[in-house]
Amino acid sequence: MSLEDKLSKIKYEPDTVSHLRPDQEKCKTCKKKICTYVCPANVYEWIEDEDKLLVKFENCLECGACRIACEKKCIEWEYPKGTKGVTFKNG
Amino acid sequence: MSENKTEVIVVGAGPAGIACAVKIARSGHKVILIERGKFSGSKNIFGGAIYAQPTREIFPDFEKTAPLERKNVEHKYAILGEYDGTVVSYTNKHELPVSYTVLRGKFDRWMAEEAKKEGVILVEETVVRELIVKDEAVVGVKTELEDYYADIVVLADGVNSLLAKQIGLREDLETKDVAVSVKEVFKLPKEKINDRFHLNDDEGCIYEIFGGSMLGMLGLGFIYTNKESVSIGLGVTLDEFEKHKTKPYELLDKLKQHPVIAPLIKDGELLEYSAHLIPEGGYKKIPTIVGAGVMVVGDAAMLVNNFHWEGTNLAMISGKLAGETAVVALAKGDFSENSLDRYRIELEKSFVIKDLKTYRNLMDEIHLRKESFLKYYLERINMFFEMFISVNGVPKRKLFWDFIKNFIKNRSIKELFKDFFSVVKLLWSILIK
Ligand code: SF4
Ligand code: SF4
Repeated sequence: MSLEDKLSKIKYEPDTVSHLRPDQEKCKTCKKKICTYVCPANVYEWIEDEDKLLVKFENCLECGACRIACEKKCIEWEYPKGTKGVTFKNG
Repeated sequence: MSENKTEVIVVGAGPAGIACAVKIARSGHKVILIERGKFSGSKNIFGGAIYAQPTREIFPDFEKTAPLERKNVEHKYAILGEYDGTVVSYTNKHELPVSYTVLRGKFDRWMAEEAKKEGVILVEETVVRELIVKDEAVVGVKTELEDYYADIVVLADGVNSLLAKQIGLREDLETKDVAVSVKEVFKLPKEKINDRFHLNDDEGCIYEIFGGSMLGMLGLGFIYTNKESVSIGLGVTLDEFEKHKTKPYELLDKLKQHPVIAPLIKDGELLEYSAHLIPEGGYKKIPTIVGAGVMVVGDAAMLVNNFHWEGTNLAMISGKLAGETAVVALAKGDFSENSLDRYRIELEKSFVIKDLKTYRNLMDEIHLRKESFLKYYLERINMFFEMFISVNGVPKRKLFWDFIKNFIKNRSIKELFKDFFSVVKLLWSILIK
């Protein structure tokens, strides 16, 4: 089962604006791009052609791993609004 | 301001926050419990089991009405190699169970409902963005909509506790101090679960899993049985993923395919995938837990005993002790750091800090020796059994000696000594001081 299929089982109420805001300038010089490994929802994807970090924030599970793992500590990270984000029923 | 002023605000309606709020409400004081999720438990994840004794300390009759899944009677320790495994099992069908599996979406919600019945004011779907600090004391919280003021604010906002960080009670965490845990819950008929795990009725089984897809990594896996579902997951320290060029869900997928594990969840329908961080830093990473007008409890205070898989119990007890301290402080009308320091003192007297202190060296030591303890020896245990059961015309004495030679050859004497001293050091710090 692909990650997309797994994520499709989760109840989300996505916001229109991202609650995860990496400093794209710092990402350009980031070598390891640890955020692309640690995230359990694969929210971060480095787009080589555009020299840009894609942030699929609507898939975020709100764990906080990226915030801690980012070596440049450059992700402005906050919880989604009270009515938004993920709702787990079987946690 | 008077409308928006109460005696205590507790941020976060998980086990720590609820335990704290209940204690305060029972003493007749006003307490507001603020939860960012749609309902309590909706943002909470854990492996699977709550402990009966500490839960009884907060809700003496919880066994009668709480949504419990199964009472755990069987603990299995699965030591997995790449393709094989050794499973050790301990069974005890005691009258009074030590733990029950629960689903947090139901259980935390139940606890919050009970808290409401006892007078706690629960505010859901509300994120506290900031603490309000005046004259170096915490005097309230800023939510998205309004500011609320209180004599005491208790931070039960979980492992990420952005609020404790905001007021400088805690440093940013390092990658080695937290594990990412991913979990999948599979729907299976009750009879199938009981057959596969050798259980009767509402008995439950817990697997602790070492090795397998996590060989050589600082990580552990778990399986818990629920009434009509099975939870499987793993937690791996954050710094392993980049190092091993892998992702959390890939490790779990691989674990699910392991021949020892796969039959247990076969044909299950995936109900939910989830993830959460687990505090792993232990005693050395406990932040400052008391300040003027503020106390920190549960995961926010990094209170997790990962060696024994204890977290919710430490959360409940820390919440309870903070709640009791709040009541004493309210009676005195003194919310200074000095007054609230009673919480720290009580926590230090309790098993919570004592246990974390006992294991203070464990994570550092395992971090250093994980190639041995979480790979080499796990593999050797399985290799031993592979050798022991083999019937291949080779005389047994030769088999034994080959195993012993291989054991020493693949690990230098120096490393073996280091492992040995590491174990001695750990045992000393756990048993003596
Ligand atoms: S790890 Fe941090 S700096 Fe690097 S790409 Fe990810 S967000 Fe950007
Ligand atoms: S908080 Fe967790 S799930 Fe969300 S983007 Fe960061 S690592 Fe991914």
